[in-house]
Amino acid sequence: MPSHPKLAAEFVKNKDRAHWHDESLWFVRSKRDKAARQIPEWELLREQASKIKMHTISHLPDLLEEFERNATARGVQVHWARNATEHNEIVHGLLKKHDVTRVVKSKSMLTEECHLNPYLERHGIEIIDTDLGERIVQMQNMPPSHIVMPAIHMKKEEIGELFHEQLGTEKGATDPQYLAEAARQHLRQKFIEAEAGITGVNFAIAETGGFVVCTNEGNADLGTSLNKLHIACMGIEKLIPRAGDLSVFLRLLARSATGQPITTYSSHFHGPAPGAEMHIVLLDNGRSEISGSDEFRRSLNCIRCAACMNTCPVYRRSGGYSYSNTVPGPIGSILGPAKDPKANATLPFACSLCGSCTDVCPVKIDLHHQLLTWRKEIRVKGFLPVSKRISMKMMSWLMQAPRMYRFVGKMARSIVPYLPRFMLYNRMNDWGKQRELPIIPKQSFREWMKQNHDDK
Amino acid sequence: MAPKVGLFIPCYIDQLYPQVGIATLKILEHFGVDVEYPESQTCCGQPMANTGCTNEVGPLAKRFVDIFKGYDAVVCPSGSCVSMVKHHYAEYFSDNAEYEELKAKTYEFCDYLTNILEVKTLSGRFPHKVGLHQSCHGLRELRLASSSEIMGPPFGNVRELLESIEGVELSQLQRPDECCGFGGTFAVSEEAVSCMMGEDRVHDHEQAGTEVLTALDMSCLMHLDGIIRRQKKPIRVMHISEILVECL
Amino acid sequence: MTTSKEDILNQLRSQSVPPTDLPDLQSIELASQWIRYEDPAEQFAETLASVGGLCVRVKNVDEINQRLSELTAYQEASQVCSQIAGCGQPNVSIPDITDPHDFENIDFAILPGEFGVAENGAVWITNEGGPARTLYFLAQHVALLVPASDIVNNMHQAYQKLEFAENSFGTFMSGPSKTADIEQSLVIGAHGARSLTVFLVEEAF
Ligand code: SF4
Repeated sequence: MPSHPKLAAEFVKNKDRAHWHDESLWFVRSKRDKAARQIPEWELLREQASKIKMHTISHLPDLLEEFERNATARGVQVHWARNATEHNEIVHGLLKKHDVTRVVKSKSMLTEECHLNPYLERHGIEIIDTDLGERIVQMQNMPPSHIVMPAIHMKKEEIGELFHEQLGTEKGATDPQYLAEAARQHLRQKFIEAEAGITGVNFAIAETGGFVVCTNEGNADLGTSLNKLHIACMGIEKLIPRAGDLSVFLRLLARSATGQPITTYSSHFHGPAPGAEMHIVLLDNGRSEISGSDEFRRSLNCIRCAACMNTCPVYRRSGGYSYSNTVPGPIGSILGPAKDPKANATLPFACSLCGSCTDVCPVKIDLHHQLLTWRKEIRVKGFLPVSKRISMKMMSWLMQAPRMYRFVGKMARSIVPYLPRFMLYNRMNDWGKQRELPIIPKQSFREWMKQNHDDK
Repeated sequence: MAPKVGLFIPCYIDQLYPQVGIATLKILEHFGVDVEYPESQTCCGQPMANTGCTNEVGPLAKRFVDIFKGYDAVVCPSGSCVSMVKHHYAEYFSDNAEYEELKAKTYEFCDYLTNILEVKTLSGRFPHKVGLHQSCHGLRELRLASSSEIMGPPFGNVRELLESIEGVELSQLQRPDECCGFGGTFAVSEEAVSCMMGEDRVHDHEQAGTEVLTALDMSCLMHLDGIIRRQKKPIRVMHISEILVECL
Repeated sequence: MTTSKEDILNQLRSQSVPPTDLPDLQSIELASQWIRYEDPAEQFAETLASVGGLCVRVKNVDEINQRLSELTAYQEASQVCSQIAGCGQPNVSIPDITDPHDFENIDFAILPGEFGVAENGAVWITNEGGPARTLYFLAQHVALLVPASDIVNNMHQAYQKLEFAENSFGTFMSGPSKTADIEQSLVIGAHGARSLTVFLVEEAF
């Protein structure tokens, strides 16, 4: 079972790097603050975004049907997938039908969730991620470590080395401008050659049957305007009722994600170009179940801006891979256990409950409260480590028995100060590895009260 | 008649930081409050709740309400424990008028001092550079001050109170309200990240010239103090009530 | 056997989800709070500059032609195309091209934009589906012409102008393409346009 604390400890071991990672993400968080501050109605916007999404989730089946109707009327073909396997089969079927062997894909966390790339590669199809960050991690055969900045964990020296090996850039080159230019040349070739384009979907509009894809690089547009087959993959929660609702979300999305006022391209697709085909794959994969849960429903509000990751003091210091989940960070620690509570049992605990994610989230998901609720579920499901379970039981028992509590406290106060250091600070004591224990006072507060305060 | 206040001293303050309880008591009494300390209190159940062990919390929550329901107000020098009582007890009481009433009259100590007793300044002096650590639960659960994530006019009574005290200079931090990394059992189960977070906070205060590090929550301070003493940093740690009591 | 669609819809319908209300974004309480600027065109220019674009305010197409000749990217361009009559000196004719791949080597494209948005420096562009759509993204440098009077304050006003009655493609384009995927260093010119110039034109064009 992957363990967050273990992987996090490994990441933290390299202090310089962990600090560098923390600072990079804090910088993004600061840019978000600056952008949000320029909008006096920021909190009002968040409120509306949350309301629209809550409404959407509460009317999801109707809206999905409305969307399908309107999209179909525009000549878009809509497909439904219960799970990742169905999703991948649908996509592959479409590509096969068109004899496509070379595909370009713009960023889509959903296709990562479905592990679409390896699936298509097994079937002899070349699939190239075209978001620069995602292309970088793809070259390494790794998943993104962040949902907006997939290669945020990598240093330019490492990217330079990778490009040198795979794209033939000069050895030792680390200038981002130079490296990005090399990627531009490499990827433009791929765009030109591709026979189909796959994109994710940021928002799908029930009322019009259209959908919106946001990028900064223009890769979704290049990937879909040069060939005749566009396949857009979306989770069923990506729906919004009206086109006008986009105003709220597009104002929030990029500002929350990177501090930009809007992404460079916010492209609205409403039907295929003449002679071309447009397909949409609607994926459930556990989402419909979440919609039934009062505790976790709100997590379907997520617009994948990653602000919760950027602000999370744990994510910033432990890196995306420490979560061993397609979506890392606070929202990933909610979605992960929903999919597989056993494998992701440590994620809801990878959180100090500081609540920063909840305050930063543009769609007002009560992230830290959901994480707390997940801890209960994990306990109920029996995935809590025995040591934690027992110590909490003993503590509760002790706290219900005030006399015993007083006695134990007194014993500890009279013994601990005389214990030799090695008994207090050793491998058994995780507190004491890098911290001193509190200095034990002679008297407890209640003992002092007894002596000094004439209470009735 | 003076309001009768039940003093809620969280278990770890009772056992490890009695001086914080004493300071809180002295300040309240100084301002004419009739304080009573119910002997049978122990713990609000937060450690169990935060570990997901809700079965273990229920009995403690019920005890808590029984012990404190008779007072005009319940005051506690820990934002975290107050937030537990105010925001996380609901599931143990369905439609319980006693709990609802208690919830409304439970206050974090500084909240009570500045908002109910309306104390705006203190007459004493405290000639130090003070670093105010914004404990997360006081900030983002109890909203005792504005958090940096939420856009709106800044506010914060404690900051204002401290600033009003002669001699106090507040440190300007790079990250004014980042979590210290204590997080209850998180401090142990995610020891590596927890300590790095704590170190980073300490470093920020060190850079800002903090002489005395304070907070509304002793638990954050226990963690930060542990790091400060291990690394032998020249920063003194005091709970907010320990500072205020010196300024009466 | 049920289809996936039926299964998903049934599963959703079997959940009890309390219905909630949809806010009316055009209501006075809300609409009166959306941001407005004293001089939206000025704000547009400022925001566009902040995202790496260039806003040039001109009287008419003649003035554009003059300003174009001062742009290095335009001077150095060997293949130029223009969708606006009399604007620029195109040497590739858009109507002659049927395969968008043939736009691969366009250095400079002069294209129409519908309107601008002050709060984010975006220009709304549409395309009925011809190969020219790709020009907005494939050309090395892009210049857009936008009527100077058509700058809205915010995105709410922008969407009031939009209708999606016909099959079409449309995008909000805010500045040149960019990436910060390598150590957060901003690089202008990721895959799409390396530069974006927006001409705010006073007279009709
Ligand atoms: S949970 Fe909120 S903050 Fe996190 S990615 Fe989703 S929308 Fe953004």
